[in-house]
Amino acid sequence: MEAYISLFIKAVFIENLALSFFLGMCTFIAVSKKISTAMGLGIAVMMVQIITVPANNFIYHALLKEDALSWMGIKGVDLSFLALLSCIGVIAALVQILEMILDKFFPALYHALGIFLPLITVNCAILAGSLFMIERDYNLPESVVYGVGSGFGWALAITVMAGVREKLKYSDIPAGLQGLGITFITAGLMSLGFMAFSGIQL
Amino acid sequence: MNEILNDETKKVLIEPLVDNNPITLQVLGICSALAVTSQMSTSLIMALALTLVTAFSSAAISAIRNHIPGSIRIIVQMTIIASLVIVVDQILKAFAYEISKQLSVFVGLIITNCIVMGRAEGYAMKNPPLASFMDGIGNGLGYSLILITVSFIRELLGSGKLLGIEVFTLSKDGGWYDPNGLMLLPPSAFFIIGLIIWGVRQWKPKQAEAADFKIMALSHGEGGHH
Repeated sequence: MEAYISLFIKAVFIENLALSFFLGMCTFIAVSKKISTAMGLGIAVMMVQIITVPANNFIYHALLKEDALSWMGIKGVDLSFLALLSCIGVIAALVQILEMILDKFFPALYHALGIFLPLITVNCAILAGSLFMIERDYNLPESVVYGVGSGFGWALAITVMAGVREKLKYSDIPAGLQGLGITFITAGLMSLGFMAFSGIQL
Repeated sequence: MNEILNDETKKVLIEPLVDNNPITLQVLGICSALAVTSQMSTSLIMALALTLVTAFSSAAISAIRNHIPGSIRIIVQMTIIASLVIVVDQILKAFAYEISKQLSVFVGLIITNCIVMGRAEGYAMKNPPLASFMDGIGNGLGYSLILITVSFIRELLGSGKLLGIEVFTLSKDGGWYDPNGLMLLPPSAFFIIGLIIWGVRQWKPKQAEAADFKIMALSHGEGGHH
């Protein structure tokens, strides 16, 4: 149990996808102007992450890994080079399915998430979650915890960023630094703050 | 050669370098620009990989653009891009294993790099293959320019080296240079790109964004002595 808690803390703070690996930066910068939309996107990313990381973990271990097909009696086959293609396919398909399920059964949530859901397919944070899971060789329960943690960490980062930017628009910024420039420098300062967690060993 | 390099080709090749840079103006593909730039060697490989993937995927998508049904075009584009990335990934694993370990998941993340998708969707779906290929190269070069600039600054100031070759002798080896450890940490990439954007926009004020609120100077009679 303790191992799972420390994996969660690590995924949220120490190895925050947005602030220490810079993943999902395009949406992180583009959609962080208002707290409400940022939070909507954050929740959407978290939901997709919770589903796709374990799903990709299952597929990788059952079909693609070296000798994974031995349960079918096929030995010595290594399909792990297909991992990239299968990961992105699974993500695209699951996002589509999630969209349809939400539309049918939870229309209020579906409308709140709006256009963010389809955009998530091309969010690098989602694909990176699955690729890190493969690289670090997590098993199924670990991948569930990692999916929850990394999604939550990303949601936390974008919400905080939106909070800072809402205040920032009232400040007097040099013309060339306005908008994108100052957003980068703010993200750098936040990332510096998150570096404080980096020495923690769990 | 002159026939190939006509005005349109020149425009799509040169424009993304500064005037329409994918990173500083279009805000695309920033993730990897930040993550792989602590060393020049990794960012050169990354820049090369991205330029090739963008160029060839644009050319391939453009070649079959009239046969792709609109509703499934994203999946088709994704599959073409992912296949090209797998090729790059396997080549790196075979011939440059050390660097592919350092780049870790970031080669795979070229699939979701918005530059590749953005060019496929925004240019290749409407233009012939050769022009799309050149457009891919141009945007790849714009990305490479930023990547190489950032990694040059970070490696030189962070460890006193360029491409692993010592330029400044470090003080711990009896030299004069005290490395700036911050440059090797992630936040410095944010700062450097922020400052590059500031520089570009001072140089080309047309790119600057308008402020949401303007701070007004106090007119006479308000504030001051009362």
